[in-house]
Amino acid sequence: MSTTQAPPEPAPAAPAPQPAGPPRRPYLQQVLDSTTATVVTAVFLALLLAAVLVVAADPASQRAAVYLFARPSDFVGAAWNAVFETYSALFRGAVFDYQAVGARRVRPITETMVASVPLMLAGLGLGIGFRSGLFNIGAQGQVLMGAAAGAWVGVALDLPIVLHPVLACVAAVLVGGLWAGIAGFLKARTGASEVIVTIMLNSVALYFVGYLLTTSVLRQPGSTRPISAPVADTAMMPQLLGPQFRLHLGFVVALLAAVAVWWLMERSTLGFRFRAVGANQDAARTAGIKVPTVYVLVMLVAGGLAGLGGAMQILGTDRTFQGSSAGSIGFDAITVALLGRSRPLGTVLAALLFGALRAGSPLMQTSAGTPIDLVLVIQAVIVLLIAAPPLVRELSLVHRLSALLGYDRKEATA
Amino acid sequence: MKKIIRVAALGGAVALALAACGSAPEESGETPTSGGTTAAGVDFTACMVSDEGGFDDASFNESGYAGLERAQEELGIEIKTAESTDPSQYTQNVDSMVQQGCNLIIGVGFALEDAIQEGAEANPDIEFALVDSAFSDEDFAPVEIDNAKPLLFNTQEAAYLAGYLAAGMSTTSAVATFGGQPFPSVTIFMDGFADGVAAYNEESGTSVRLLGWDKDAQNGSMIGNFSDTEAGRTTSEQFIADGADVILPVAGPVGSGALNAAAQSEGTMVIWVDSDGYLQPQNEQYKSLILTSVMKQIATSVFDTISASVDGEFSNEPYVGTLENGGVDIAPFHDFEDAVPTELATKLEELRQQIINGDLVIESPSANAVG
Repeated sequence: MSTTQAPPEPAPAAPAPQPAGPPRRPYLQQVLDSTTATVVTAVFLALLLAAVLVVAADPASQRAAVYLFARPSDFVGAAWNAVFETYSALFRGAVFDYQAVGARRVRPITETMVASVPLMLAGLGLGIGFRSGLFNIGAQGQVLMGAAAGAWVGVALDLPIVLHPVLACVAAVLVGGLWAGIAGFLKARTGASEVIVTIMLNSVALYFVGYLLTTSVLRQPGSTRPISAPVADTAMMPQLLGPQFRLHLGFVVALLAAVAVWWLMERSTLGFRFRAVGANQDAARTAGIKVPTVYVLVMLVAGGLAGLGGAMQILGTDRTFQGSSAGSIGFDAITVALLGRSRPLGTVLAALLFGALRAGSPLMQTSAGTPIDLVLVIQAVIVLLIAAPPLVRELSLVHRLSALLGYDRKEATA
Repeated sequence: MKKIIRVAALGGAVALALAACGSAPEESGETPTSGGTTAAGVDFTACMVSDEGGFDDASFNESGYAGLERAQEELGIEIKTAESTDPSQYTQNVDSMVQQGCNLIIGVGFALEDAIQEGAEANPDIEFALVDSAFSDEDFAPVEIDNAKPLLFNTQEAAYLAGYLAAGMSTTSAVATFGGQPFPSVTIFMDGFADGVAAYNEESGTSVRLLGWDKDAQNGSMIGNFSDTEAGRTTSEQFIADGADVILPVAGPVGSGALNAAAQSEGTMVIWVDSDGYLQPQNEQYKSLILTSVMKQIATSVFDTISASVDGEFSNEPYVGTLENGGVDIAPFHDFEDAVPTELATKLEELRQQIINGDLVIESPSANAVG
């Protein structure tokens, strides 16, 4: 298809031209400038910063800090205790619980996988938007609408076992996609900023769903509570590892979705158009790509994935739907997509990281007494650092030490 | 520039050093632990899971937490808490409490019904309690669980008295109410309030209007959350413009928005909810506007439940807070003590007696059938 296009499109990920001309940069320089190094360093720094906050919030450390110089060992011991307890609780809650017995030892890692499913799906959708130049802030509303649609199909329809979850997912994809499509359509037609429209649609979705929960459409019959009835057994996603784990088929669906998104963006002509518009929409238009159509299509796909993520929350774990079922998935997914550099593999890994933070937080609270806000701080710091690679290089000890070996931070590509 | 940073750093270091110069305590064997040290050393752990409001919601989560803290101080037990940020964490948090070896696990809010019920059925040797909701089976029929105790409140009884009082105090013949979200624990206030206003009208032949709630249609003003104080203020201003001079905001901390609006309009009064608003430090500035409060003693019920459980006297029988047992009530009039006519105050006392005797039953679709 690209035979008619005169100028070859530049690689979309790197808008800066990369002619073969300049001398090859040293290997060390390349490794340390890579996004992977930045991301890993950012995560590490965030955990380090959170450790400082843990110590600051720990009553025992506070007491010991008063006589820091009289007996420093007390403070160091207390601080080490607090940090160790917090992070070991995070590890036990999210990866492997070495204090438990039997199947419960490996349950945490499956909990991490469960928590990552909606983040993964919504994050993949957002990633497509980011690479196509659309800053979609509306995943929250799309997740909520998808969850509502999935729940409605799961509760109201009476269908056989395989068809039921499939249809519920299809409904969620359609509703989520159409919800996002509104923003895409408005941008394509009128040029309305997708940022503002999607933010507004989040509120509309929240209150619309809130209204539906007070009507017989979603509300559990015979109750005055704004909660739906539990979805039928036939509509639940099949459990992968039996009843003592919550891991469900949705995890596999999310991984397949990641592969599909990779294929879409890297191998299909449609994905090429998406990326072309993201790299330079004027050039894309000159090359004959219908930019408005691309806007609508991108939003449809992104919203569909987010809606599917919402349905997974209901059909996979929650069973009942309520106004707050989406939690903060839609906004966390923005972080996930940014952390994953909008690439499918990166998004999957970032979603697993955030899933781990989520899965580990109950045990951090109950076992180590760490406030849940700290998990949110870690997430926020990761975002801050990811947004500014030069800042990471400035703060990173590895980068500083590497300067001795000839690494140049000023030379680094941003 | 560099110099400034160096000076600042040096200053900081000096400040830190001075702050850290305290003398070390004697090594008395008592090593500080990060958990709370128990006073009496009772081997009992009470745990609490909040709903998504968190324990600092200035509403029922906070009340529940106050009861838990009191138990920690007075009974010398260990406590553990977990806040939930969204519904998918309820099950996980309850499960985590089970793993931590809690003796009693208390869920705050009807949203935790499923999680608590599931936990109670799976762990028959752990005791559970749930604030603001009873349990129901798959067909929504009420069920009893051997090891789970619902903590319920006949809030409509106290709200009825508040409605009667409001209608009696209104000089503009209009009172108003609004809620945070249409939850049963919110609309139960509004139902009782509506009935109280209607009762006053019937009794005295007046026609005081109620804005913001239609009990028959179960529909009225909701601002959509429990945090947007500004929305509470604009909603209240609207009611005041429509002629209302007594406002009942049923939305936790949003009530301060109603106080703010009332302060701008001479003669407007506010009825607080959950606890005595007159005594709350954050209402200090506007406390003279608070006519009374519809109080719900969640903290007391939580404390009593823990206390019974510590003594091995836990029962799954629902606790129902009523006017009779003091679980719900209206607060003293404080600054309005002289403004409330003696006749009205006497009548309220009469009504209270009638409700306690069972001669007068206040109905609400949101009231729990048990008890």
